[in-house]
Amino acid sequence: MDFDPSDEQQMLIDNVRRFVREEILPLEAKLDPDASELDPKDHARLVEKTKAMGLYGIDIPHEFGGPDIDIVTRTLLAIEMAQHRAGLYAPCYGTFGGAGLAQLFEANEDQKERYLFPTLRGEKKAFFGLTEPSGGSDPARAIRTRAERKDNGWVINGSKIFISGADRAQYGIVFARTDASKGRGGITCFIVDHDTPGFHVRRVVHTLRSSSYATELEFKDCWVSDHQVLGEVNKGFAVANDRLTRQRIPYAAGCIGVAIAAHEMAIEWSKMRETFGARLSDRQAIQWMLVDNELDIRTARLFTLQAAEKARRGVPFRTEAAIAKLTASEGGWRVVDRSMQIHGGMGMTKDLPLERWYREMRIRRVGEGPSEVQRMLIAREVLGTSVR
Amino acid sequence: MQLRPDKPWTPLTAEAVARLPGQLGVYQIADADGAVVHINYAGGRSRFGLRSALEDELAARPAGHRFRVEINMQYMTRYQELLMLHQADTGSLPRDNAANPPPRLGRLSPR
Repeated sequence: MDFDPSDEQQMLIDNVRRFVREEILPLEAKLDPDASELDPKDHARLVEKTKAMGLYGIDIPHEFGGPDIDIVTRTLLAIEMAQHRAGLYAPCYGTFGGAGLAQLFEANEDQKERYLFPTLRGEKKAFFGLTEPSGGSDPARAIRTRAERKDNGWVINGSKIFISGADRAQYGIVFARTDASKGRGGITCFIVDHDTPGFHVRRVVHTLRSSSYATELEFKDCWVSDHQVLGEVNKGFAVANDRLTRQRIPYAAGCIGVAIAAHEMAIEWSKMRETFGARLSDRQAIQWMLVDNELDIRTARLFTLQAAEKARRGVPFRTEAAIAKLTASEGGWRVVDRSMQIHGGMGMTKDLPLERWYREMRIRRVGEGPSEVQRMLIAREVLGTSVR
Repeated sequence: MQLRPDKPWTPLTAEAVARLPGQLGVYQIADADGAVVHINYAGGRSRFGLRSALEDELAARPAGHRFRVEINMQYMTRYQELLMLHQADTGSLPRDNAANPPPRLGRLSPR
């Protein structure tokens, strides 16, 4: 399969690359090294530029007003958008817009009016409430937050952890157990407004990702009406699972983008830096590190584009998405680590983006399903076993 | 790390600031009545971390203010957390932060 960009794809890639270099990097140079937000005026100005480029809301389905760009091309562009200091978790500082929560594309018409469309217009922010203190890798079994029938609605009790953006969101999607006897078949997805009595953002959870935090949520006799059920009762796990699979492709693309940026820095530095009378790039030890970087990047890129291509064709891509996420997060972390080694002491400083990428890339081996879960998914296909 | 800073306040003087480390972190400034008037951080672009950040505060404020610092590599998220805690506890941001609030500050309802 040929993944060389077409002329049209290459033109889009060049446009995004130019945007990163001419618009993002100069602004970023003036920000704190751990910043993840632009000044609102700069953000608004750049959003107008991405709209003029025809790339705003790139991940919004075409029928909902997004540009008509296939997932392979979006993956190629996501690789470009990540190639700056904040690029792993804040690619281009969100100036290309977001798709909101993909689950809402399956919402009923009333829910779309109240939540999806305001989100796509940028008027509302949302959070995704799945992970709990009892675990995140196996949500079907770990979910202990429960929802019980009461007064034409549901009363939610429980807690969630590692939830991004819940303190700033106007609403969120929350998964709760509605039938304790049914395992993954007993989970329902609810839309919860932030001002619903009984909903609390209890604390900030600080992580290696020092540019932004996660939160811990508490639901205490939090009543929501039947109108807040997203999809069908007891079929919420499929909603969560679909999202987790789809998200692995852009997640992998971000890792590849940062790895490419780190690798390019390492190449440039190795050609400039001299030790004991020779350039680093002349030394075999350094050359082999650069070769290993190249192998990791090319491997991850091929697997990620393969997963995107299967998704584009509408065929099952769960295993391919797992392989992409695994190779990109593990390979990307190795690339950043080697690039820091090549830079020596400077690689450890906040003067360069490498130390931020190193911290944030470490999270990528756990976030969106840890490496071990990806291997488990791949093993199921290798062994031909079904889900227990 | 305590959720709410509980270190004793130190008078904001040249001598006290000179003893501060050059590390990164967050700090609070209180007026003579003990009211927190400013929460800020010494980030990765500061010249000498908390020391230079508090030197700037000292130069900009009349005598009588106090400060306390917390060395913290997660200075950005801790800074936002302290602002949200202050807002949750008092209903508003510290006076000097209110004049120039950070964009899109979140809401906390801590126990």
